[in-house]
Amino acid sequence: MSAPASDHGHQHGHEPTSFAFTQENLELAKRIIAKYPEGKQASACMPLLDVAQRQNGGWLPRVAMDAVADLLGMPRIRVYEVATFYTMYNKNPVGKHHIQVCTTTPCWLRGSDDIVHACKNKLGIGLGETTADGQFTLGEVECSGACVNAPVVQIGDDYYEDVAPEHIDGIVEALKRGETPKPGSQIGRRSSEPVGGPTTLAAFTTTQADD
Amino acid sequence: MPKLTIDGIEIEVEPGTSILQACEQLGIEIPRFCYHERLSVPANCRMCLVEMERAPKPVASCAMPCGDGMVVKTNSETVLKARKGVMEFLLINHPLDCPICDQGGECDLQDQAMAYGFDRGRYLENKRAVQDKYMGPVIKTIMTRCIHCTRCVRFINEVAGVPDVGAVNRGEHMEITTFVEKAIGSELSGNLADVCPVGALTHKPYAFTARPWELRKTETIDVLDAVGCNIRVDTRGSEVMRVLPRVNDDINEEWLSDKSRYAYDGLKRQRLDRPYVRKNGKLVPVGWHEAFSAVAAKLKGLPGNRVAAISGDLADVEAQFALKELLGRLGSANLDCRQDGARFDTSVRAGYLFNSGIAGIEKADVILLVGTNPRWEGTLVNARIRKRYLAGNVKIALIGEQKDLTYPYAHIGTGPEVLQQLSDGSHAFSETLRNAKNPLMIVGMGAFQRADGLAVQAAARIVGEVYGMFRDDWAGFNVLHTAAGRVGGIEAGFLPGEGGRDIHGILDGASKGEIDFVYLLGADEIDTAKLGKAFVVYQGHHGDAGAHRADVILPGAAYTEKNAVYVNTEGRPQLARLATFPPGEAREDWKIVRALSEAVGATLPYDTQTQLRQRLMAANPIFAAVGQTTPAAWAPFGAQGPVDAAPFVSPVANFYMTDPISRASVTMANCTEALVGPAQERTGTHG
Repeated sequence: MSAPASDHGHQHGHEPTSFAFTQENLELAKRIIAKYPEGKQASACMPLLDVAQRQNGGWLPRVAMDAVADLLGMPRIRVYEVATFYTMYNKNPVGKHHIQVCTTTPCWLRGSDDIVHACKNKLGIGLGETTADGQFTLGEVECSGACVNAPVVQIGDDYYEDVAPEHIDGIVEALKRGETPKPGSQIGRRSSEPVGGPTTLAAFTTTQADD
Repeated sequence: MPKLTIDGIEIEVEPGTSILQACEQLGIEIPRFCYHERLSVPANCRMCLVEMERAPKPVASCAMPCGDGMVVKTNSETVLKARKGVMEFLLINHPLDCPICDQGGECDLQDQAMAYGFDRGRYLENKRAVQDKYMGPVIKTIMTRCIHCTRCVRFINEVAGVPDVGAVNRGEHMEITTFVEKAIGSELSGNLADVCPVGALTHKPYAFTARPWELRKTETIDVLDAVGCNIRVDTRGSEVMRVLPRVNDDINEEWLSDKSRYAYDGLKRQRLDRPYVRKNGKLVPVGWHEAFSAVAAKLKGLPGNRVAAISGDLADVEAQFALKELLGRLGSANLDCRQDGARFDTSVRAGYLFNSGIAGIEKADVILLVGTNPRWEGTLVNARIRKRYLAGNVKIALIGEQKDLTYPYAHIGTGPEVLQQLSDGSHAFSETLRNAKNPLMIVGMGAFQRADGLAVQAAARIVGEVYGMFRDDWAGFNVLHTAAGRVGGIEAGFLPGEGGRDIHGILDGASKGEIDFVYLLGADEIDTAKLGKAFVVYQGHHGDAGAHRADVILPGAAYTEKNAVYVNTEGRPQLARLATFPPGEAREDWKIVRALSEAVGATLPYDTQTQLRQRLMAANPIFAAVGQTTPAAWAPFGAQGPVDAAPFVSPVANFYMTDPISRASVTMANCTEALVGPAQERTGTHG
């Protein structure tokens, strides 16, 4: 059983007292709301929470949930229910880079425990903790939905796939320098094709290319 | 009409009936936690599993609609095993604290564990613990006991319409909470503990006070508003331990407002338990005989027109009828049951009753609220309007104070001039009313408690006439009263007689010295300063405003302490029954009036309550139909005249304190503080 993403115990007491969408985000929010039919504005709850989370440095304070509720005319508790249900909404502050290691069965079989160890050693923090400089938060998540390229680490919006413990050092160092390491497979495979390149229908695709 | 077989019995049911409902029709009991007849169906507890032929696994019977040709088994080996499995899962995290749980003895989980539970646990891990939540002054929470049926969430969202409760987090971390740590702002919050199938939500005032099996249950009615909710009073010895709702689909369904449910602790405080007589400015306890002699001495030789009587909000029919007859024998016509000063025509029944009936609200397609805040004046009436709103296709409009009524409405004005605009069709809302099939109007006491009350009543009547609210097949004109004693008083004739004074005349006369003797039958919400130098007799059960002013106090019985008739706002006579005896020397109210009549030499011709009731029924046959409404024939009522443009003001300033009982209640004081605002000064004149 993994720790819920909201259990960053040491960061309580950071709750801001107000939240307002920036002009830019407010317009984005209005565009999102407009996608749904009249009277069904509540459907925009999840994308709006995402907008709010991004604006607020990667986490959702209660005031941000209230702002979304008020914008959509929903009871506040309904938004609170949604935000607490999904682990992708962070209810406590996270570092600039939120490293989420998948440890569900396929990734675990492919060595996710070693990835977690490597991250812990590199960052000097445990799961659910943030480095003192506020740069990194390490988390463990359930299935990220990229099992075919297991093990998988999600950092921010990017997936790092086919990760081995030795890749972690390079990724973290690059992030520290302010660079974005190349996302996707870390062993150079394209998308989720077989590691050694296309095999099954290789002949077929070659023939087609020749035609 | 789908036809199916359940346990080998063929049954044909209405389309849309669930298997669980079909089983109930057959008398087959299906265990359930999350399913509740009056709430939506989430099918999340899985306790109601049944076996269905050609289904790959057991199905949740509460959410499975009956289909033609289904073959359902409710007592097979598979069903038993499935339910036992569900029960084992539910008990994994449920604490074994039944001996200290207030739900013990009336707990759905406890009962069903007897049928489907295993005698030992197979789960060795720790049980989860959940922090308790604050849900206001009346609901106690022990959230570790919660089994996440979400009945409370559905109740507060659907019936109460105050979306304050929700389920946060997911899976094993799911918790029921309020947003965030706030008191539930609903007058129906006590029902949360009723719908909770376990001991997670219990009644705070009842905590650790009694076990259900040691209580004596008395089925009676509530009198703290004019709705006449059906209740059960649970007593132990001479003490009322709690009040619970009884099912009556015509009135309160199975809900009860917090005031009606929790004000019972007021029955133990500020009670008048012996007669008093004022001697040298101080009230001195005396015996009944001395109290009666004091009254008789004052009345001796006093002309009838200098004698008056006012009855209060909680006065029962028998006492009002007896007092009316006594005053008649004393030659007085100065009596009024409208202590709140409301002016309305009482000559036509249709003019002061809730003619459509509370259940009739569900047939309306346009609802017009006039000078009322039904949420506070008749909480269960408001719940019925919300039920109608949830059913869809209804337009609701309000003339009066803008308040959160738990459903959206159009605010179309504040004063009586809007009624005139509606009747001549010049108001924008007229079109909606014209197109309505069953328009319904609810007029509150806020519309009548003003100098132009009779004109407002006539204006409302004309709106009703114009838009077809007085048809043979539809009675859409309704008056929502605020006091349980009021309609009973009117029906019993506790009204100014020929040339008699009404409430305004009595108070005016008393302050000018034209009235020397005023009999207050539980009347506390009048301006006692206006009683001037009059000799005041107060008959009632609480030391409230009336008793403070009284020269003689005759201790009566509260509504749980007597057998009495009350008539609700629909004109429905109902019986209150004795659950405990009145404290000390206090007596049932009609007996006091009867005994007094003898002392003043005007003996009333009945010695038993049956005799009194026979005389009552002869005077007004509506009292013969207990529990039923007698349709009121329509005839013009009210008095057309100029109306004042002043806005309507609701008579209920604080829902939790409207009468001597709720004002004496600590729970109601807590509710006032938590939900209405800082404790209000007791003036005794509001309401």
